[in-house]
Amino acid sequence: MRDLLASIDYNGWILPALLILPLLGAIALYLLPGPAPSERDEHATTGAHRTLALVVLTAEFVLSIGLWWSFDIGVADWQAVVDLPWIAEWGARFTLGIDGISLFMVLLTTLLMPLAVLGSWTSIRLKARSYYALLLVLTTGMIGVFVALDLLLFYVMWEIMLIPMYFIIGIWGGERRIYASLKFFIYTMVGSILMLVAILYLWLQSGGTTFNYDQILALAQADANAFDFFGRLIPMTTALFFAFFLAFAIKVPMFPFHTWLPDAHVEAPTAGSVILAGIMLKMGTYGFLRFAMPFFPEAAMSPAIRTSILALGVIGIIYGALVAMVQPDFKKLVAYSSVSHLGFVMLGIFALTLQSVQGALMVMINHGISTGALFFLIGIIYERRHSRLIADYGGIARVAPMFAALLTLVSLSSIGLPGTNGFIGEFLVLAGSFRTAPFFTVIAATGVIFAAAYLLWAIQRMLFEPLSNPENARLTDLNRRELTIMGVLTVMILWMGIYPAPVLDRMEASANKFVQTVSGGAAVTVTTGGR
Amino acid sequence: MRFDLSNPAHLSAALAPDILVLVGAMVLLLVSVWNKESEYRRRQVAIGALVITLLAAVVVVYYWWTGASAAPGIIAVDNFRWAANLIFLLATAFTLLMGLDYDEREDYAPAEAHVLLLFATSGMMLLAAARDLMIVFLGIELMSIAVYVLAGIDRRSSRGAEAALKYFLLGAFATGFLLYGIALIYGAAGSTNLQAIGEVVAASGGIADAPMMQIGIALLLVGFAFKVAVAPFHMWAPDVYDGAPTPYTAYMATAVKAGAFAAFVRVWLEAFPLLPQTDAAMATALWYLAVLTMVVGNVVALAQQSIKRLLAYSSIAHAGYVMVAIVVGTPIGASAFLFYLVAYTLATVGAFAVVMAVSAKGERRQQISDYAGLWRVRPWLALAMAVYMLALLGFPIVGGIGFFAKWYVIEAALEQSKNYLAIWLVLTSVVSAGYYLYVVMVMFMRPRPQDAPELPLVPGATRFVIGTTVALILLFGVYPQPVIRFARAGTLLPMDLAAPAVAGDASPVAGTRER
Repeated sequence: MRDLLASIDYNGWILPALLILPLLGAIALYLLPGPAPSERDEHATTGAHRTLALVVLTAEFVLSIGLWWSFDIGVADWQAVVDLPWIAEWGARFTLGIDGISLFMVLLTTLLMPLAVLGSWTSIRLKARSYYALLLVLTTGMIGVFVALDLLLFYVMWEIMLIPMYFIIGIWGGERRIYASLKFFIYTMVGSILMLVAILYLWLQSGGTTFNYDQILALAQADANAFDFFGRLIPMTTALFFAFFLAFAIKVPMFPFHTWLPDAHVEAPTAGSVILAGIMLKMGTYGFLRFAMPFFPEAAMSPAIRTSILALGVIGIIYGALVAMVQPDFKKLVAYSSVSHLGFVMLGIFALTLQSVQGALMVMINHGISTGALFFLIGIIYERRHSRLIADYGGIARVAPMFAALLTLVSLSSIGLPGTNGFIGEFLVLAGSFRTAPFFTVIAATGVIFAAAYLLWAIQRMLFEPLSNPENARLTDLNRRELTIMGVLTVMILWMGIYPAPVLDRMEASANKFVQTVSGGAAVTVTTGGR
Repeated sequence: MRFDLSNPAHLSAALAPDILVLVGAMVLLLVSVWNKESEYRRRQVAIGALVITLLAAVVVVYYWWTGASAAPGIIAVDNFRWAANLIFLLATAFTLLMGLDYDEREDYAPAEAHVLLLFATSGMMLLAAARDLMIVFLGIELMSIAVYVLAGIDRRSSRGAEAALKYFLLGAFATGFLLYGIALIYGAAGSTNLQAIGEVVAASGGIADAPMMQIGIALLLVGFAFKVAVAPFHMWAPDVYDGAPTPYTAYMATAVKAGAFAAFVRVWLEAFPLLPQTDAAMATALWYLAVLTMVVGNVVALAQQSIKRLLAYSSIAHAGYVMVAIVVGTPIGASAFLFYLVAYTLATVGAFAVVMAVSAKGERRQQISDYAGLWRVRPWLALAMAVYMLALLGFPIVGGIGFFAKWYVIEAALEQSKNYLAIWLVLTSVVSAGYYLYVVMVMFMRPRPQDAPELPLVPGATRFVIGTTVALILLFGVYPQPVIRFARAGTLLPMDLAAPAVAGDASPVAGTRER
């Protein structure tokens, strides 16, 4: 396979191709004839648009899967690098590349996007053409965030994906969609705008000549300026770290910045929720791994900041789980469970051992698959019953056994049952973190128990109690399209749960490099826990 | 080509673009008063004005191309002037095009409107050239008086009359400040020439011991601040913008503002380049003006229900961003100023063109609620408006060049270590998302009311303006090199100033990179 890929110079063109293909697809959507003028009301659709979107995104996935083989295991350096000129006057270049961290983020994106189209297949009828065009543009933006090695390009991609998501929530979302979409937009923008200033500052440190990741990395680590914080001089790196931190912490979201998440996830259409939870939240943690921590290791690893972030991560784990437990709305429950899961990722990243970072990466992938699957299942049942309230269901295992089986399996993987993917990630995080942050790890471990509590209790009330609501008696089970979505995700859940070694192999070198970069620059390499 | 400004023939040649516009305006004025008012005549004059605008642009480009220069004198012959002129002429051309459709829709608007537009434009071109406070005053008056009339050109509209009167009274008052300031500066420096003033200031080691000069500068600042609508001297802007005919509102929000700013930048960089070092109070005053304007413009815009008032407050906020470039006061600041004006002009003119397209005869349908569900009935119009809003917000790619414009201004601020100014800028930008996105939300996410009137087709010239501005905004948003080169070449270099300390004022990085 590697030879075949090498023979077509796969690494030389794959990343730009992944960025361009969805854009071409979006243009093609508008070249397709729309609904006939005679039946031009808002809900008319020919169905050709969704097929085209599915074909394009499936082609995207098939293209991207080659990265799995073409990726050099054990190499921590950038791979599949493409470097083209862009704005010569400012030294901005169109630099793309992947390592063991972004590889999986790209694959996760290309895997989830065709499924997202399938998930919208029948539920999106209003202005379907624009909807699918936005999904395609969103794909480009998200892949762009993960592969950009030029800070300006990264920032542009980071912002650009906001717009399609804003429209997807705001036009095709639920009742409070306008409020939720604006909140989503403003929160993300507040965070990223200070990051813009920080990027600009770093760029000016280079004399305004480069945005290259590696060169900026060297500059950022060497920066010795001071920042006048209301009369107190603090190291510039601390201020810059804070600017990056805010952008990523809101995106993750970490505990006090998470309030946009339940609104956006609940109001978004199914595909929107899947993408938000599955991919977009990972951009925050990806940002910590790629930018915030390697750039400013001293700031990130200074005891006060590190302990605060670890504490916030652990608070997120417990808080998210507790709030999820009392939600009457199943979609909101899953939304809060994301806060909890992403807390594990933050713990793993800031615990800074090879194991914990690999675990954090695993949790990022697993959360994308499991939570994505949960949102798909909610969408499926919502389309039939137009209710997300747990209390409206009960005993539906009797009428929809496939649905019940899959929901149970996915919930178990989300809880972290051994044999499913969820176990690998959380176990690695806890095992790795215990060495450097035992106090926080012990508390975080209780989060696993809470996760079991809220999810098992919820599926018990939905699936297994007596079939009390007569409206549920006519519920139909999954159709073939829905089984396809869930089938793909189930295979992933089991494969990653039983044999994760190929995945871990591919991320090891990069995770190791991350740990070395961050701890090497820190005054205190390994602190003994948070106390 | 090097002009000797003491030679009248050379001076005239150096002023050729300005004179071309002025003479053209006078000829067209004669054409329009010598004939009976008719639709045909109106069109003829408008197209004549358009031709003159393009000709002037050709002359400007020719001068820029051949590298025209001159020894210091009462007018400047430099790239900054040409760059600013091109921005004025661009805005004027767009306004003339929108004016064509406006005349047709309102079935009124005498042909003189187009002539007045040319007069105002020649005033601005004079402002961009002015190297003498007397020329500044001439330019400001030429520009302002024409615009006072334009604001009330529709005699049947009471709102227009109110706008014109308000603008005139307050404008006259502000001109008084300006003139008084000029008089005091003349008294203190013994000259109205910017370079001579700069030398006097440098020789006396600043203005700390010259109260007359201090008061003069402060009054001058007030006069400029009024003309560019900087808080707290902005009160007139929303009322005037709201009452004036839409094409002329677009003109006021872009060209008039750009013209006053161009003079502002030149006076500050050439006459008082050392002000930040020698007089902290004056530098601080500018700093506070910038921050206050950004805050007031953006926060008050949140509460607007009329699209024109919203754009008025948005233009106040943008005046604040431009002020940041002036506070910085370096060559990078001057080129950031030019870059910003290009982006701002394209987006603001475009937004007003959409307002033109949506509003009906008698300037009705200008509430934001009239845009509800626009996407469902006029998708391309709604998309264009979304691009303008995002460009004004400073969003990358979909907001096109707007992002790089903010980028450039922040660069100028950070380069002088004005970190808090940059932070204020971006934080108030976030506030602006609240109202720009509100417009987008209303267009895309609200349903079209059942009783909403059918929208007429967008008339041709307005359609052209919308198409061109969107295309340019998006093109420059991916490929900003031409605008960067334009802004860098057009920057104001304090190089021919006598004071040697000035050269050290610009950081070495900036100096080498900008050339």
